[in-house]
Formats: sequence, C-alpha cells, structure tokens
Amino acid sequence: MKLESLYQEIILDHYKHPHGKGLAPNFASEVHHVNPTCGDEITLRVSINPANPDLLLVSYDSQGCSISQASASILFDQLNDQSFETGEKAVEHMVAMMQRTQEPDEDILGDGIALVGVAQYPARVKCALLSWMAWKDAAIQAGAEVPNNTEIANSTELGEGK
Amino acid sequence: MSALNVAAIRADFPILRRTVRDERRLVYLDSGATSQKPFQVLDAERNFYETCNSAVHRGAHQLAEEATDAYEAARANIAAFIGGRPADLVFTKNATEAINLVSYAFLNATLKSQQGKDLPPGSEKFILNAGDEIVVTEMEHHANLIPWQELCDKTGATLKWIALTDDGRLDPKSIQEVIGSRTRIVAFTHQSNLLGTINDVATVVTRAREVDALVLLDACQSVPHMPVDVAQLGVDFLMWSGHKMLGPLGIGCLWGREELLSAMPPFISGGSMIETVTMQGSTFAPPPARFEAGVPMAAQAVGLSAAVDYLRALGMDNVQEHEHMLTQAALTALSAIPGVRIIGPTDIKDRGSAVSFVVDGIHPHDVGQVLDDLGVAVRVGHHCAWPVCRRYDVPATTRATFYIYNDLDDVDALVQAVVAAKEFFGA
Ligand SMILES: Cc1ncc(COP(=O)(O)O)c(C=O)c1O
Repeated sequence: MKLESLYQEIILDHYKHPHGKGLAPNFASEVHHVNPTCGDEITLRVSINPANPDLLLVSYDSQGCSISQASASILFDQLNDQSFETGEKAVEHMVAMMQRTQEPDEDILGDGIALVGVAQYPARVKCALLSWMAWKDAAIQAGAEVPNNTEIANSTELGEGK
Repeated sequence: MSALNVAAIRADFPILRRTVRDERRLVYLDSGATSQKPFQVLDAERNFYETCNSAVHRGAHQLAEEATDAYEAARANIAAFIGGRPADLVFTKNATEAINLVSYAFLNATLKSQQGKDLPPGSEKFILNAGDEIVVTEMEHHANLIPWQELCDKTGATLKWIALTDDGRLDPKSIQEVIGSRTRIVAFTHQSNLLGTINDVATVVTRAREVDALVLLDACQSVPHMPVDVAQLGVDFLMWSGHKMLGPLGIGCLWGREELLSAMPPFISGGSMIETVTMQGSTFAPPPARFEAGVPMAAQAVGLSAAVDYLRALGMDNVQEHEHMLTQAALTALSAIPGVRIIGPTDIKDRGSAVSFVVDGIHPHDVGQVLDDLGVAVRVGHHCAWPVCRRYDVPATTRATFYIYNDLDDVDALVQAVVAAKEFFGA
C-alpha cells in the first residue's frame, strides 16, 4: 500500500486529536473557506495579540477529511501567535511542497512536512491547502502587513471558492 | 444468475483490461459519473472520421451528404430508443445544456414578451409573470437546480421544492402541496444520482396536469439503466447525457413535445439554426435545427447511436435486472458492516444502482482513498447534489454505482475495501 505515505502516523494523530480547534470569541477578521469538490469547510479567525501587535492569534473550526483536519491542526501549531511574515513564508512553502517544487523544511512547517505525500494525489492537494489559504486571507483582512499585492492575487486563486 | 453475460460484455471494454495503483484489477464503480465505452462505440466514432468526416448540413459534396445521413440516422435511432420521434430530439453538449435550453426558453420568452417582440405561437407557456412558481425537488443534481435558481433570480419567479422523506423518497404530501396553481413547470429527476431513488413519475405528472404545469424529467440516471418510454411517462421534456450510457463525451439529448419545442425561442444562436438572415434581423429554423447552432457533434451522435444499439441488443429489461441483483447484494453486504449507513432507500423497490453510504468515524474522502488504493474506483463528495447531503446531515458520501460490466466480484471487492478502510483508520 502506498497509503502509508499519504496517511503518516503523525497526520492521523492530528486528525484524531486536533490542536487548537474551537473559535475564539474575539477576532479582527473571520473567513469561511470551502472545498467545493468534497465539502470540506473551515471557519478561521485571526486577531492581533494585545501584548504584541506584530503577532497574530489563530482560532478555527472545521469539518472535513483527515488531510484537511490534520492540516488545520498543524497550521495552528505553526502559525498561532506568529508574525504575518512567518506565516506567509510557511504558506508559500506549503504550496511549493504541494507543487513539488520545494523539499519539505521542518523548520518552516513543523509536522506539516508529513503532508508531503499529499502532493502525489492531486485531488487531495486542495484539502491540505484549505486552512493555509484561509489563514492568509484572514491575516490580510485583519490588516496585517502586505508586502506585495500581486502575491495575494495569486494566492486567492489557489484558495478556491471562499 | 445474472440476466447478462458479464464476461462477454467485459471483453468489449478495452479500459477494463488496464490495472491501477500497483497492478491492481480495476473495479470501476463510478458509471454514475460516466460510463466506460465498448469497442463498438469507439469504432463507430472512428469510422465516421475515417470515412465521411465533414460538416453536417453544410457542404455540397458527397462527404457532407454521407455525414448528414449518418447524423440524422443516429438521431432517428436514438429517438426510437426512448419512444420518441426524431424531429423532437435535439442534440446538446450534455444534459446540463439541455436543461439550460429549456430554462432559457422561459427567460428569453419572458424578456422578448416584455419588449413586445414577436414570439412563436404557443410561447405563452414560457412567459413568466409576477407570482409564477418553478418547482424542483430537494434531491436534484445541481444541473437541475442551478438553472432554475438562475431563472428565478432573473425573472422574479419563485423557486419551490418538494421535500424528501427520511428514507430518501419524495414526500407524497409535499408533491400535492408544493405543486399549485402558480406552478409553471415541475423539473425533477427520474432517478437520484446520490440516493438511488427512482421517483414515481405518474404521481408528479398527474398533479402537474391538475394545475396545467409543464413537466421536465431529468433522465440522466434512468435512460442508461432501465427501459424508458416518453409516451408512457407522459412528461413534456426529457433529457440525458450520452456519456453515462456507453456513448462518447460531448453529446446529450433533449426530447420535447413537438408543440412545445416549436413554441420555444432559441437558446444558443448562430449558424445552422436560421431560416433567413438580414442585417436587420433573422428568423429561425423549426426544431430540432433551431436548437443546434454551429457545426454539430456528428461523430459523437454516431457513437451514441452505436451505444444505443449495444444496449438494445442486451435488452434494457436485462440491464435493469442485472443492476438490481448487484444493488441488492451491495445493500445487504454494506449494511452488514458495523458503522456503515446507507444514505438513500435501503429497500430495493423503486431503486436504482447508485449506492451512497457513510462510515462512522471516517470521512468519505478517506474511504475513497483506501478504496482507490485497492483498485476500487468510486466517487466521493456531494455528487453535485449538495442539498441532499444537507438534508441527511452528512458532509459528503462515498458512492458506488453499478453497470452492465460489473459483477458480484466487484461488489465483493467494494465490501472488502470498506472493511479495509475501517481497519486502516481504526474506526
Ligand atoms: C441526475 C443527473 N442529472 C444531471 C447530470 C448532469 O449531467 P452532465 O454533467 O453530463 O450534463 C447528472 C450527471 O452528473 C446526473 O446524474
């Protein structure tokens, strides 16, 4: 079975025991993204850390397949209470990993490198990227620094069906 | 015992010889999305291109004559398959386009009448007025829902829908209540692509006639799988896609009553659908040409005609009986797996071969992935019928659909793969 390369143990752990799931009452922005081909959904909220306005707090609620759920849980681990720059870099890296144009880097993605197997299954790539695209959308709406406008235009294309 | 010789049938389908995912036998259970194609269909299409390829209804040469003959002979053969006349059968790109052709007849007639333009006699049937209603059901494919939502959005008509019972059927009470004096057309599916339910057409037609509403039947999941006769059904429009019944991609059919087709303004316009053209305006050809603008898909029509021959030789009664046998086996075996729940009727009566299910604790997408790894091709998701998933409170389903080339081994492979998925995810 090639399945083990897709569903690494670490992915199944995140799926069964998701980190940080549940919406925070206060937020600067909220987005709802869906994957129209399979019905995966995520609501993601971003707020500014009151103690340090450079850092963004993340909360989310979601439903969907193991890949989309595990990916959201990993996103929480990696991006909660991080700067927009750190998060944006991670999103870009995740996208590149899915497009197989970059080797996974654990320093950037943490457990997210275990999602590398998804790249072999094009139909599942959207599942893996759903929460990351939602985060970027929400972070921008929350008024986070936007260094380069064209990149946002590109990324919403990948986000699909807000 | 099966009503069909599956081994002989399988030999006609080249794709069934290939393997998938590490040399596994392909167990194709996604014919509800699109069916595979036998040699006979592929050969018919190739033969058209090799012998008489040219633009139908246009050239002054022998090839064009032969191509036109082949195209019109295909129309006659396909129309006869559903008990219709060739003049009442329009070729479209697929069923989706056929439904849009009818919904746009309403829109275009309404717009033209508001501007006092000339319309064909009988077009009042298609002119919508304030307070008019369009009726669909809660089990429609998006193809038979969105065009009506759009029509209502543009004209101010109101969309209403017939509710479903918990066991996946049209609610008989709702049929009587929702179809009313303001209903202009009732558009519904013959067989649900998600639930497998075969609807009782007669009940809906009877109620629609009481209020003088038109009836459109989406036959995408019935024409390929059971005997269908338009006269017996008593509907006004019926459409389906060729690719789900062994035919090529890129061709669908709309059958309509002669007096209605004649009263409808065109949908897509351009070459081949006109009578006279001046710079000031044009008049339109009678149906079916009025609705076939541009150079038509003649090779696909010829291929679909070969598909009709293939199915006719098997006998649609036998096709239905064979699928019935497989569906019963699948329903029984899947229901016996702990944690598996069928979405749709569990009773084989008035039920087709689309079997949707959910597995406790495993998302349908993940079920589908394990099945795929074992060579079992199914569809997962909302199957273009999102409101049905909402109605039964599931995010999505895994769906197997059976056809003439499937056998009990395929049902076994499905069942074992579902058990394997449960083991893999520890559910
Ligand atoms: C019941 C039903 N209606 C309509 C359609 C639309 O068919 P097509 O996509 O070929 O136009 C389908 C196929 O997916 C279907 O199953």
